[in-house]
Order: sequence, then C-alpha cells, then structure tokens
Amino acid sequence: MSVRPPARLCRASACYTLSLRGMRTDATLKAIQTRGISKQFGSGADRVLALDNVSVDINENEFFTLLGPSGCGKTTLLRLIAGFESPTSGEIDLYGERIGHLPPYKRPVNTVFQSYALFPHMTVSQNISFGLEMLGKPASEIADTTTRMLQLVQMQELADRRTSQISGGQQQRVALARALAPHPKVLLLDEPLSALDFKLRKDMQLELKRLQSETGITFVFVTHDQEEALTMSDRIAVMNHGRIRQTGTPRDIYDHPAERFVADFIGDSNFLRARVNAKSGDQLELELGGGYRIRVAGRENDARDEVNVVVRPEHAQLGSPEQPGLPGTLQQTVYSGTDTRYHIALGSGESFVVRRQNSPDAPAMPDNGAAVSVLLNPATLQVLDD
Amino acid sequence: MIDLAHGRRQWALLSPAIGLITFAAAGPLIIVLIYSVLEKGDYAGVIWNLSGEAWFNVFLERDIFDDTVSIADAHLSIFLRSLRLAITATVMAFLVGFPTAYFIATRPQASRNIWLFLITIPFWTNLLIRTFAIMEIIRNEGVINTLLIAGGIIEQPIQMLYTDFAITLGLLYVYLPLMVLPLYASIEKLDFRLIEAAYDLYGTRWKVLRRVVLPLVKPGIIAGSILVFIPALGAYVTPRVLGGGKNLMLGNLIEFQFGQGRNWPLGSALSITLLVLVMFALLIYVRNTTRAHAHG
Repeated sequence: MSVRPPARLCRASACYTLSLRGMRTDATLKAIQTRGISKQFGSGADRVLALDNVSVDINENEFFTLLGPSGCGKTTLLRLIAGFESPTSGEIDLYGERIGHLPPYKRPVNTVFQSYALFPHMTVSQNISFGLEMLGKPASEIADTTTRMLQLVQMQELADRRTSQISGGQQQRVALARALAPHPKVLLLDEPLSALDFKLRKDMQLELKRLQSETGITFVFVTHDQEEALTMSDRIAVMNHGRIRQTGTPRDIYDHPAERFVADFIGDSNFLRARVNAKSGDQLELELGGGYRIRVAGRENDARDEVNVVVRPEHAQLGSPEQPGLPGTLQQTVYSGTDTRYHIALGSGESFVVRRQNSPDAPAMPDNGAAVSVLLNPATLQVLDD
Repeated sequence: MIDLAHGRRQWALLSPAIGLITFAAAGPLIIVLIYSVLEKGDYAGVIWNLSGEAWFNVFLERDIFDDTVSIADAHLSIFLRSLRLAITATVMAFLVGFPTAYFIATRPQASRNIWLFLITIPFWTNLLIRTFAIMEIIRNEGVINTLLIAGGIIEQPIQMLYTDFAITLGLLYVYLPLMVLPLYASIEKLDFRLIEAAYDLYGTRWKVLRRVVLPLVKPGIIAGSILVFIPALGAYVTPRVLGGGKNLMLGNLIEFQFGQGRNWPLGSALSITLLVLVMFALLIYVRNTTRAHAHG
C-alpha cells in the first residue's frame, strides 16, 4: 500500500491542494460500491420500483456518468448515495464503509443540484462557506478555502453578490464551488447542465472535466444527454427501467453496445437481423439479408440461431452493386453541413443509413434510385444480447 | 388617457374601504384625540376646556397631600405587565405555531386544506364563550385540578385561574391561529430542495432550521408576531375573565377610565398611548421587511 502524494493543482492565480488525509488508498477499494440496491416508492397498486437490484462499482478519481432516459432511476440512485432516500434493500459502501443508514449530513459526499438550490438569503461566498461552517472548521480555514474556491470557479468579483443577482451560468459555478469546498470524497452532480443554453453547456462540460481532474475528486454525474455523457465521462452506466443495462468507457458503450436499448439510446444505429450459419468459439458466421455472409466476433456459448446486430451509420460505406456487401437502393441523400446521410432500402426490406463526412476530395456518390451495396467492416458489427 | 381612466376605476374599487376607514376608524380616533386634551366632567363626559391634565396623569401622579410629582407607578406597572404578557403570548404562539405550520405545510396538498380548516374552527365560537371554557378547565374545581386530585398527584388545587399564567394561556389560545396562518403561508412557499442542500452540506437538523429555514420564513414570523402581539397588547376580554379583575391589562385600564373611573380624557390619553405602542411595533415590522426586500 503506497501513500498517495497530495494532488497539487495550479492555475493562473489559484493553487488548490487537495488533502487526501484519512482517505483509504487501497487500490481495490471502490469510491462507491452498491450491492443489490432496490428502491420502491409507494405501496400497493401505486408502487413503483425505481431501482431494481442495482450493483455498481465506481472507482476513485473517476468521472462516472449515470445515463438514461427520464424515469430510468438514475436520479434515485444519486439520491440514495447522497442519503436523501434510503434503499428498500441492498448496501451502499463508500471506500468500504457502509453508509446506507447514515443521514446526508454524516456522509462525506456533496451534491450539485439540478436546480442549484443556492441559499437565496446568502451571498455567493456565504453559500460557498456554508458546508465548512457546518463542519465547524476554524474561521481562517473557511476564509482561505472560500477564496480558493471562488478562484477555482472564477467568481472572485461576484463574491458579495446575492445569488439572485447572478446569471444561470454563474449560479452553476457557485453550486459547484459550494459542493467542492468541504472536499467531499465523492461529488454527485444531478443534471447540472440541463438549465444552461447550448453554448454555455459546452463550456461547462469542459469546465467540469477540468475541475474533476484538478481536484482528483470522484464525480458521479447524472444526465439524459448521451453526447454529454460521451464527452465527459471516464465510464458510463446506461440505465433503463431501474436497471443498469451496460457499464463501460464511452468508446466501449458506443462501439460495442450490448443491447438494443443501449445502441438505440446512444448515437444512431442500424439494426439488422442475421442468421447464425456457423460458430466456432466466439466467432460467428452470420448471414444477413440478401444472402451476404460475414464473420464477426460474438460471445462464447451463444446458442441462438438468429441474432440482432447493430452497425453505426459512419462505420459502413457505400459501394457499387458488384462489391460484396448488402445490396440495396439509394433512396434519399440528406446533406447536413459536416456530413451527408444516405438512406438505403436494402433488398431484405430493412432500411439502412450510411453517414459520410463531407470533404472536398470525397469521391462522387451515386444518385438517388441507383443500385448500391453497403460495405461492412466485421470489426464494427456488434452482435446484441437481445 | 386610458391609464388615467384605469387609475380612476381602481380608486373606485377602494372607495368603500376608504369610506369605512374614514368613518369607523379615523373619526373616532379624532374624537379620542380631542377628548384627551379636554377637562374631565364630574359625572363622566368631558368639559370643553383645553387641559393637559389627562396626559399628565398617564405617566405622572401628583400626591394629593403635598402636591409632589412622581411617576404613575400603577399605570407603569400595567403598561409593563401588558407588554410582558403580550410578548410572552407572542413567543409562546411562535413556539407552538411554528411546528404546527411546518406540519401542515409538509402534508400532501390534498390534506393541507383540511388541517387549515381545523385551525380556523375556534373562530366559529364566540371569544367570550371560549374564554369561559378555559376558565372551566383551569379553575380550582376545574377539569385539571379535579383530575390531579382524583389521581392523588396533588392534595390542594393549584391556583391557575386569576393569575398571569391564565391570561397568557388565554391569549395564546385565542391568537394562535393568527400566528399559524401567516407562518404556514411562508413555509408553504419554502423551497424544500434548499433544506436538502443544507443537509447535504453537513447541516444537522437544528443548524438547518436556524441557518436556512428560519431566515427564509422570516416574513411569516414577523407577520404572525405582529398579528398576535397587537391584539394581545390591547386585550380586554381575556384578562378581564381569566385575570379576575386584579391582574389588569391596558384594555381593562382604559375600560375602567371610561366606566367606573369616569375619566374620559384619561381613558382617551391611555388609548392613544396604546396606539403609539402598536404603531411602534408596526414600524419595526415595516423596517424589517423592507430591509429584507432591499437585499432581494
């Protein structure tokens, strides 16, 4: 077991040293570990199972995102970690310590709320110092940390403003600084960017990523925006109907979606039906519509005769009809600035979209109505579990 | 032009209230003000001669034998007692009313109206009858003492009626709804996500109450306190019935001067003194609320 050096962070004017004293440094200990968490709201006929047997490991110093449509349980999971709700069953561990029974004020975990929830009767700096005051820190430490936090989120000039007198983006920064000031072991963020306009949201995405790597604090981020999740996260857990459907790096999730829901929710997808002709180990020979055969990697012991596969629009190419691929007819060409989408009616009756980035030296493409062949790369063909 | 017409129409809406205030409040007030600077009649009423006698007697008294002037101890003690009882009743009303209002405001929307309805039920019965009901409960042969004696807990009845305790209890009971309703209105508007945020930032229950909840419901606390304090300060029925005529409050003193005392100018001067005390309380209220608004 080695002692971690404190993460020291320097910006133009702000130096922020994160103390990791008292934090267990055992690499096998997860920042957050939930085991079989279920949460049921209401009872009888009105009962809703918001979380259904959720187990998730979140590593130290990780930007972890819970991604899913509204009502999928992601916010409930966050509120359980924060302590605003208690689980119907299951355990929550923070660095190996049971916290499921602790009230929110005894958990070294802070939250950035979707509504920011800034205290309207306090100034910006009073909001930021609130947590430190509640912890009973000495006045000099409170003043120092508050100043550092103001610098970290670049709000020094507005320190004495009321929170009602600053813009939405500034409120967002104050909410972040307030939650970071007590040095939580884990920072929970509940769709914090959803109230911001597009441009500001883009800026804040980078800002959050920067704050995460500078502070070295584990971030658990909740969003329904797949692009946000892909841009910012180290790992993503995709949720639906109270369950985690898939966990992995953004690239993992995007390139190798395990299920139809995940493929559909993240990015654009072409779904194809395929017959399994032969298998050896995890190698499958698939026969797609139109009789086109292709060897792809599946999973071992897959007994199915028919499977669904998914192909991302930018992973396929358009070729002439004599090239080996899926035969079809080009129906529509949609130009959208950076790229063009080609809508193809396949011979099998399925439809397919190919996306190609526009560039001045791109070869000429066939006209609508022309016979084409969709060229597939076996490495980008993903066999789905459902 | 349209704005002007609109403005006139709005004044028309207010005219019944303005008329009522002019005749029912401002009129009598002017009469009282005039009476306070006249001479008292021998058998009640006033003699139309200017005199500072009443105002002198509000605060000072002249010894009937040697004409030395001293502070009117009797009046002063009644003023102080009234202030003390009104403040105690207001504080008690807050201590009882705040948890009540918080409870109601945190019920599901549908059941809140039922609770509010229950709060207003006492208003259905005449104040005098309710006050006699309290008397029945706390008198020496009343419900509490009978039960305590029957239970062998005490041997002699505890004297509760005709004490300051009885008056405070009566004031608390009568004016509690006036504290609960404005508090409820404030708490209901409270953003409970702020309380979650405060818990999240290591605030214990008590600290969250003190640092977040109370500051945010301050307008309700001030409004409720004013609504309880003002009528409690001038209360007449409650101290008369529960104080037994020996524990006077300002309202009883004023009534005495217009009745048995046959000193209308002094009663008038005392009334105006009470009015000034109330206006002073309102001034504090206005200053506090405008300061809160200025900070946004």
